[in-house]
Amino acid sequence: MRNAFSDTLYACALEDPSIYIVVADISPAGSMAKLRVDYPERFINVGVAEQVMIGIAAGLALKGAQPFAYTIATFSLYRPFEMVRDDLCYQNLPVTVVGMGSGLVYSTLGGTHHTMEDVAIATALPNMQVIAPCDPLEVVEATRYCARQKVGPVYLKLGKAGEAKVTENAVDPFVFGKIRYLQKGTDTAILTYGPMISQALEVAKRLEARGETVSVVSVHTLKPLDVPGIAAALAGHARVIVMEENVPHGALASRVKEIAWDTKVACDLRVFTLKDEFIHFYGSYEQLLEQHGISVEQVLNGLD
Amino acid sequence: MTAPSLSNSIDVAAANRRCRTYRRRILEISQQVQALHIASAYSCTEIVDAILNIHMSDGSDGRPRDTFIMSKGHGCMIQYVILEERGILSRSDIDSYCRAGGRLGCHPDYGNPGIEASTGSLGHGLSMAVGMAYAERANKTGGTVYAVLSDGEVQEGSTWEAIMMAASLGVTNLVAVVDNNDFQSLGRTSETHPSFYPVIEKLEAFGWEAVEIPGHDTAALVQAIADRKGQKPFLVNARTTKGKGVSYMENVPVWHYRSPNPEEFRQALAELEERA
Repeated sequence: MRNAFSDTLYACALEDPSIYIVVADISPAGSMAKLRVDYPERFINVGVAEQVMIGIAAGLALKGAQPFAYTIATFSLYRPFEMVRDDLCYQNLPVTVVGMGSGLVYSTLGGTHHTMEDVAIATALPNMQVIAPCDPLEVVEATRYCARQKVGPVYLKLGKAGEAKVTENAVDPFVFGKIRYLQKGTDTAILTYGPMISQALEVAKRLEARGETVSVVSVHTLKPLDVPGIAAALAGHARVIVMEENVPHGALASRVKEIAWDTKVACDLRVFTLKDEFIHFYGSYEQLLEQHGISVEQVLNGLD
Repeated sequence: MTAPSLSNSIDVAAANRRCRTYRRRILEISQQVQALHIASAYSCTEIVDAILNIHMSDGSDGRPRDTFIMSKGHGCMIQYVILEERGILSRSDIDSYCRAGGRLGCHPDYGNPGIEASTGSLGHGLSMAVGMAYAERANKTGGTVYAVLSDGEVQEGSTWEAIMMAASLGVTNLVAVVDNNDFQSLGRTSETHPSFYPVIEKLEAFGWEAVEIPGHDTAALVQAIADRKGQKPFLVNARTTKGKGVSYMENVPVWHYRSPNPEEFRQALAELEERA
């Protein structure tokens, strides 16, 4: 995802001289290094100083630029939170806050490097748009959207590197603000976003082996949420599973429950989220998911 | 970058007249609403007048368009009354200040006429000013960005992030003025936070050009800004008096956020006339 973002940003910056990237001392992977060399005036490294990263991005946007603020998710959203809220959201500026390595992907770095609440927090902010692409191809689409939109701020939640491409044969195209069916079935729908798509696809495969037909849906745009799309998914499947790498409250799982209540839908709705607990455990990404009960096996067992 | 010497061309008497008028107008408004940071506005009256009325260009005179950020957003009454005088804000805008249906509140909101950034939470303005100044330089507009900060605001870590970045980026079209009235909510800054001082040496060590001047002296303010070398970001540490102009408000913390009663109002008006 990281390279897909860098490559796309570079391509967009070639076309649009108003694109700037403000980074907080993060190694410029892939095309980011090229951007730094080719357009040094549009690559600003503030060092380990995330508050001024957001403030400078806001100042650039106030003068008509299209800035991206880029660092590890905990430091791009949490550390300068009030700057994100006041400078970007309150003033409604078209700045993209990129949260790299979000969720639990830094599985050995400990709780200070996990964003278990970023979707809940970012979607709570008025004016904020939130996108969490599920594979490198969606990252390309999402980054292009961020580079071209003038609606307001975006929190672009990314994984790390090495995620598989899973949307090449998706049923639907990527459309900002719409849920996207990667595959369509009628028995069960799995709603998810971000790198957990690989777990969702594995759950789908296992259910299909039992004879079910399964929809897998990338809810890449978490705000504005595609409420009609989710309502239709709830109405159109006997069972709906939400899998997300976020605390139980405030993100997709609780929003889907709200929609289910509002639409009086009668499907079997199961949600699998992180617990409302910090993780004091080191291992692989999959092992961390297991610690909080949302591995593939645990999801499958939870359905019985 | 350096403006021509202004020492002979500054009409100090006119500036003093303007500042008196602004203080009187703010007093009038204080009789309509209770929500008013009156002493904070009086503290930076000459500073904002010098920037908006003498230094800054809106571009209409052929000079590059400059930008002003009231980083100490709670002092914005002085900005509002100057914008009213210029017709950028209307009398009805001011009359509906802090009232239902009005568009002006106790802190400046981006989107209102003449307001270039939303402030109110301290420690935001200088970072945005650095970004704006950087953009002006990149776009080769020639515009200068002015920011007025409170001394308490300089305690914010984010302000120091901005101070470091302004110098590291070599943003020379940035002028910050600290309205150093030596007061914050819990007392005199010099007593509660003595390590805040010395200011000038700190800023110089961080790569800025910095000077200290008496902050109610328009000639000193204008000259200091005009005389800057323009090789570094520039900071004026303006020594001011909170509540300047009205004896019972000066250096009395309660006037940070309180409106005078009718008796106090009459006294304040009389004192402003006397000083004329």
